[in-house]
Amino acid sequence: MGKAWTAAWKHRALYLMMLPGLAYFVTYKYGPMYGAIIAFKDYNVAQGMMGSAWADPWYKHFLYFYRSPYFSSLLWNTFLISLYKLVWGMLPGIALAIMLFEIGNRTFKRWVQTISYLPHFLSWVIVYGMVMAFLSESTGLINMWLQEWFGFKIGFLTSTDYFRSILVGTDLWKDLGWSAIIYLAAISGVSPALFEAATVDGAGRLRKIWHVTLPGIRNVIVLLLILRLGHMLDAGFDQIYIMYNIHVYPVADIIDTWVFRTGLEQFNFSMASAVGLFKSIIGFALVLAANRVAKLWGENIW
Amino acid sequence: MVKTGMVDRLVLSFIYGTLILLSLSVLFPIFYVVAVSLTPFEEVLRNGGFIVVPRAITWEAYRIFLTNDRIPDAYQVTFIITVAGTLINLVLTALLAYPLSKPRLPGRKIFLLLIVFTMLFNGGIIPTYLIVKATGLLNTLWAMMIPNAVSAFNLLIMKTFYENLPESLDEAAKIDGAGEVRTLVQIVLPLSMPIMATIGLFYSVGHWNEFFQAIMYVSDTAKFPLQVVLRGILSRSQSVEELSLEETMPTESLQMAAVILTAVPIIVVYPFIQKHFTQGVLLGSIKG
Repeated sequence: MGKAWTAAWKHRALYLMMLPGLAYFVTYKYGPMYGAIIAFKDYNVAQGMMGSAWADPWYKHFLYFYRSPYFSSLLWNTFLISLYKLVWGMLPGIALAIMLFEIGNRTFKRWVQTISYLPHFLSWVIVYGMVMAFLSESTGLINMWLQEWFGFKIGFLTSTDYFRSILVGTDLWKDLGWSAIIYLAAISGVSPALFEAATVDGAGRLRKIWHVTLPGIRNVIVLLLILRLGHMLDAGFDQIYIMYNIHVYPVADIIDTWVFRTGLEQFNFSMASAVGLFKSIIGFALVLAANRVAKLWGENIW
Repeated sequence: MVKTGMVDRLVLSFIYGTLILLSLSVLFPIFYVVAVSLTPFEEVLRNGGFIVVPRAITWEAYRIFLTNDRIPDAYQVTFIITVAGTLINLVLTALLAYPLSKPRLPGRKIFLLLIVFTMLFNGGIIPTYLIVKATGLLNTLWAMMIPNAVSAFNLLIMKTFYENLPESLDEAAKIDGAGEVRTLVQIVLPLSMPIMATIGLFYSVGHWNEFFQAIMYVSDTAKFPLQVVLRGILSRSQSVEELSLEETMPTESLQMAAVILTAVPIIVVYPFIQKHFTQGVLLGSIKG
């Protein structure tokens, strides 16, 4: 014990450095974890987090959520939007990386990269502005064209038929280039000797892509897939909150947006906390499972 | 052989074609938004709506916004939280990452575990809101800087960078009689400028695009950052209509001018710093 203290005392300058950062984590990360107990209480502003009475039964809010019609629709929307984004987020990114790798003209390649990475840095509000410019029912460009050629308009942004596609499409537009970076790096790591050997064997571009490039980055693809599966419950709060409206709630309302409205617009703190906690726990399990699978996969390869 | 060559050339032209289309699909929306923002009312009347290349343009929409307080005020808020917020991020992240990069530090594993755990599990947005409220940050600019002061992910990247600095630096500093703080400030920091720049850029883009924390914790409209003000302009057209009382500009032109005003700083600065971002992703992927 004495020895441990001496060792720690010797490093007091380092501990002192860590103090502000640790204080941050304790207050704003661990504080809310403790605060999540209000999911089991009937939170009341006057009595506060500690003073509010326990819910009776303790799982009251969870049960209410489970029995409410929101339960299945929120879970379904969250899952479906995540799944679409996963597919449309990964496959085009892989394709773009392969195409960038195939072309020889370096200047052209750099231009395409610079342009395609750009939308990643634009905020969702800006993207929403652009979406309005094209899809708005009154003045959007697409609707102008539809009106001119076919004589009708479509209220894309208020239509339950189109809204999810808009979410997925804008997500693709924003992050396509960005998602290619990591695959491109992986392809660059494939041994050039393999490509040369394939060329000697008379393989054309397509064959080389199929037999050398894709197998070469298979591990990276699987790893990223697994990690993204771990975040299936994060369907993108900012994007949806910024773009949705009451007409599309049935197809666009996800757990996070519902928690936000229930908690901060209707002030039903306990209910919202219970649903938030439910999401955190499932999310935690998913991430742990994903990491476990990723490790197993890693061991199988190396 | 000849056949393979033909197919190859076809594939290559397909690739070039696709990449050109892709680039246009990024550039065209930006171009069109600019075009709308410059379209005067008489053009809309003449064409029965907006067209891609208006024959007459006007800067009126920009003049209206820049002489009206709303956007300049929001710019100020966003500027403050971007500069001060990034500074806070970098100082706290570095001060935490440096000690954690020392294997000799007693208790290092436990601290790391506690930090990594916050990446996997969180209390949820409502309890976080209540903590922000309890610490008195509601409705202050701090609410957009403090509750996300350290990203555990960036912290781990920075820690890895410090770990890869040669051990001998530390020893040389010891022999010279430099304490831990002096070693960090005078020796380690100058060497870590590239990583500080990369991580600082990621933090600052996050602040420039701040939206979530602002709608969660700030209700005083005078403290709204740019993105929240823009969202208001886009979703409630009457808030813009009152700006152009004489009907000189269509509402949509004003809305798109606001979009461009918000996007311009990013679009202008981005090409010069793109390289740092790409490096950042690769650093992160090695870690993750």
